[in-house]
Amino acid sequence: MQKVAVVGVGETKFSGPQTKTEVELFAEAAMEAITESNLTPQDIKALFIGNALGDIEEGQGMIASYIAENIGCRYVPANRYEGACASASMAVRDAFMWVASGYYDIVIAGGVERAATMGTGLATRTFAMFSDARYEYPSGVTFPAVFAMLTHLYADTYKIPLQKLREQMAKVTMQSYKHGAINPKAQFFGKNADITMEKILGSFVVCTPLTLHDCCPFSDGAAAVVLASEDIAKKLTKKPVYITGIGQASNGPLGNQNDYLPRIRAREISSQQAYKMAGVKPDDVDLCELHDCFSIASLIAAESLGFFEYGTAGEAWENSQADIGGKVAINPSGGLKSKGHPIGATGAGQVYEIVKQMRGEVEPGRQVLDAKIGLTDTLGGDGGTLVNMVLERGWK
Amino acid sequence: MEQKLYFKDYNEALKQNKLLGLKCRQCKAITVPPKMACRQCGSTDMDVIEVKTDGKIKTFTTVFVGAEGRESEVPYILVIVELEEGPWLMGNLEGVDPKTATMELIGKKVKMGNKVFAGDKYSAGESARPIFSLAG
Ligand SMILES: [Zn+2]
Repeated sequence: MQKVAVVGVGETKFSGPQTKTEVELFAEAAMEAITESNLTPQDIKALFIGNALGDIEEGQGMIASYIAENIGCRYVPANRYEGACASASMAVRDAFMWVASGYYDIVIAGGVERAATMGTGLATRTFAMFSDARYEYPSGVTFPAVFAMLTHLYADTYKIPLQKLREQMAKVTMQSYKHGAINPKAQFFGKNADITMEKILGSFVVCTPLTLHDCCPFSDGAAAVVLASEDIAKKLTKKPVYITGIGQASNGPLGNQNDYLPRIRAREISSQQAYKMAGVKPDDVDLCELHDCFSIASLIAAESLGFFEYGTAGEAWENSQADIGGKVAINPSGGLKSKGHPIGATGAGQVYEIVKQMRGEVEPGRQVLDAKIGLTDTLGGDGGTLVNMVLERGWK
Repeated sequence: MEQKLYFKDYNEALKQNKLLGLKCRQCKAITVPPKMACRQCGSTDMDVIEVKTDGKIKTFTTVFVGAEGRESEVPYILVIVELEEGPWLMGNLEGVDPKTATMELIGKKVKMGNKVFAGDKYSAGESARPIFSLAG
């Protein structure tokens, strides 16, 4: 296997409803990534695009082919990946494997989504398509309802009074907003930095006990990364970021995950694969972009990734151990809850953030100093798809 | 290879308040809802059984924001129930005011009935769903 580096990254602003098409959004991110890689579209051998709901958002299927032609990567293989909110990470992981195998030397991967454009009703319906359509949707399960039920289960399992847990979750939200407020690419840029716990706890209830501020927004946006083999990467950039570990796992409907809930077993398997391949431990990770679609999701993820003991992640947020300067810097981008969650693009956005952090190219107020090892964590559906990637700085 | 129990038959039974499942001859685990392979060991060597519908609430939420087409159903209580024989089953809880549902529901014993979700343009037809109510 060859070593594989990220040599260029690009990202649109993540936002609410906007007027660019999905092809246009991805093209914007892709050309930024290709240009900063010192490449042209003609150098790209294949495209790997995450896109979960384009069929419904725009009536557009097979979007990968249209994207390839749009950006001048004519006639190259162009694949679409659908794994709900983990779609882009699946795409980047597969792109990694094609380069690692030696079959391609330069590829582009990423994703795009216009979830916000759908509006709340249709977005809620379509996101529920990632729960079991036959056996769980009939009961009226929605995406926030899944994490609302996990919140109550978490409180019961670890014997944490619900009010205390809700306050810990509010701390997660406050940290996300603090970083997202100074990230120009974030949907909540310039917003919510000074939000109070009272406002979070007292906002509109979506699904008990989750309020509006416990939930990520619906988002439009795209992100792209150019991957290259080591020998080519060294010619293209002085700052290659290597993907040194990858993991992916699947699972069935929420009810059938009962041996482990509120732990997400697929995440434990996926992240352990990635750690083992990279030869690193959770303690080695300097920064992590994890899948905080809901505030409770941050706690569950940080525990399954091995950063904190089960049932204690809330204390870590209270003690700033999950922030810059703590044990591990979690979501310095603002994460899904503040940067935004264009589901088909989210995982590529996580890679974008880690690369920018390692290069020292983010706003000073949210810069993790001297980061060498990063981890991405992307969850699809109710734990049905999990992808993790370890990234390492390729220079001193 | 034919599956031992299909959605269609599971659904028809659920409409009669009967819960069909599969019992694995290899590991004895009970699989609900129907699958080709045992959810614990992956064996296809399973028998169709009627699963006991008594159980207790493991978790719940009251949903205030419904999906397109189901706005009129809110607020409603969604529950996951642990059945006596082990499987967890998602359904709705009725007979409790959704606006006053609290953590005290967790652990409460329930019995099962059903209602049919008529389906929407995406769902390829109807599906019955478990409706739970507090027992006793
Ligand atoms: Zn078995």
